[in-house]
Amino acid sequence: MRKRKSIFNQKFSRNLLMFLLSIPVLLFIFAPILWLFSASLSTQVELFTVPPHWIPDHPTFQNYLDIFFPSEAVSSVPRTFAVSLLNSFKIASVVTLICLVFGSLAAYALVRIPFKFNHTIQIGILGLRMIPEISLVIPLFILASSLQLINKPIVLVITYMSFALPYAIWMMAAFFQAVPVELEEAARLDGCSRLGILFRIVIPISVPGLISTAMFVFLVAWDEFFFALIFTSTLDAKTVPVAIAEFIGRYVVNVNGMMAGGILAALPPVLLALIFQRYIVSGLSAGAVKG
Amino acid sequence: MTTTSQSLPKRHLSLRQQDARIAWLLLVPSLIVILGVTLWPVISTFILSFYNAPTGINQARTFVGLANYIEMLSDQTFWETIGRTVYFTVVSVGLELLLGLSVAQLIHSHPWGWQFMRFSLIIPWAVPTIVNGAMWRWIYSADFGALNGVLMQFGLIKHYVSWLSMPDMAMNLVIVADVWHTMPFVALILQAALATLPGELEEAAAVDGANAFQRFWYIRLPQLRPAILVALIVRTVDAFRVFDIVYIITAGGPAFKTITITYLTYLYSFSYGKQGTGAALSFLISIFTIIMAFVYIRFLYKPEENQ
Repeated sequence: MRKRKSIFNQKFSRNLLMFLLSIPVLLFIFAPILWLFSASLSTQVELFTVPPHWIPDHPTFQNYLDIFFPSEAVSSVPRTFAVSLLNSFKIASVVTLICLVFGSLAAYALVRIPFKFNHTIQIGILGLRMIPEISLVIPLFILASSLQLINKPIVLVITYMSFALPYAIWMMAAFFQAVPVELEEAARLDGCSRLGILFRIVIPISVPGLISTAMFVFLVAWDEFFFALIFTSTLDAKTVPVAIAEFIGRYVVNVNGMMAGGILAALPPVLLALIFQRYIVSGLSAGAVKG
Repeated sequence: MTTTSQSLPKRHLSLRQQDARIAWLLLVPSLIVILGVTLWPVISTFILSFYNAPTGINQARTFVGLANYIEMLSDQTFWETIGRTVYFTVVSVGLELLLGLSVAQLIHSHPWGWQFMRFSLIIPWAVPTIVNGAMWRWIYSADFGALNGVLMQFGLIKHYVSWLSMPDMAMNLVIVADVWHTMPFVALILQAALATLPGELEEAAAVDGANAFQRFWYIRLPQLRPAILVALIVRTVDAFRVFDIVYIITAGGPAFKTITITYLTYLYSFSYGKQGTGAALSFLISIFTIIMAFVYIRFLYKPEENQ
């Protein structure tokens, strides 16, 4: 009896210790985000105080209203932010769609059809996936300029393929691998074609994997900054990260606008990730790419 | 009898050929895209690196051989930038692994609220890099930042400090911001790996009298090796090419003290108007990446699983 109690105490104190240790971790995670949120609800005057008002005395949604319903007095940066949100949505969605279609076809061929250069292509894709954007950007920029594609959304869709497509192929290959070969063999005996197998068996079984891939591709496309910075500067194609960077103007920093913009830019990916959180870990291990 | 035995291997062969044709058809869209947006630009960049290529319209390129490489490799700034980039990579990846492993262990021990903690980790991971940078830039702000506010309220500083204008401090502050953003990635991967480990080995070791540290060091850590390697390689490649977060927090300042190798390449290619030098620099980055890719494939790619 006494011994059982001491084991219980030991467990309890261990649990308590671990719980206490997790408090600083949670503080590290949440403090910056909460401060960002609080700042987005502050007026410029209240934000520029010493010591800081951790919780604004007069919280206001004005910074958000300036973005979505700008009055004449609002400067052009917040006024155009909503447009860049829309651009980001369009570009990331199209990239995701193309990657899913092209990627699933390619991944199936690589995983399940033996042919001469299968292995070489796999290694090639894996290697090319790691090539940094900076090593691609100069020729792409020269080409895009000569085709007059600068500031067009299509140029971002195309260039984003350089990191998104190999990534999607690689992830989907990992998921397709998990589909039992026996199922396919049975279907082949019943006279199902390769394409029939892909669309009637492999893809329906891999839906969770496809959701995971779609979410990751959308997130990396939403996050992308370098190509967007180089290829876009006007409202026709400017994405959210570029719009946020522009809040840091040449002379003044529009801080409360930047904070509200930051919350709005973070909301779609964070919500997506939280909704589909059970797909994240499988996706992380399958793709292992977004840092 | 004879007809079937003759036709069977023939039919089998044609099926394989048919399969190969389908495989290529399925691959064509992706291969065209990858050749166009990755392979061609890489090769083109490599060729460009042997030319003097001013940015201006109608300015002729001239072949200069290895001059761009020699110019860079004999330039003090280049080596300082490499050193800075290596510092950023080693310190931030090191911290991420250390913290990520600790947090993964913490979650794995299932204290109260562990599910909430795992849930919370997703938030910093999903926040876009640029938002993360903008947020920390404001936290570090010299005039009204939260860092100054907190330190002042706890009496640790007497007056506000301009953190980002301190040359030795700026890079470390960028690293903190980067760790906030990427540590959850490492923690989530390692936590998932921990959850799949069989417990029997550690239990047996405990019965044999191994203490907690020995069980961790000799049993758990070796089992975690593949997951740690994945995290390490992916993060190293990523950290070495860091650009976004530096661009937004410090813009390379103060006095170029946070310029990383990708940033330097960006400046040469798009601000200084020397695309040939930019191409040479970016090829040097690619070499590093190719080495890491080789290591990645060598350690983690198991072809027998992929056939």
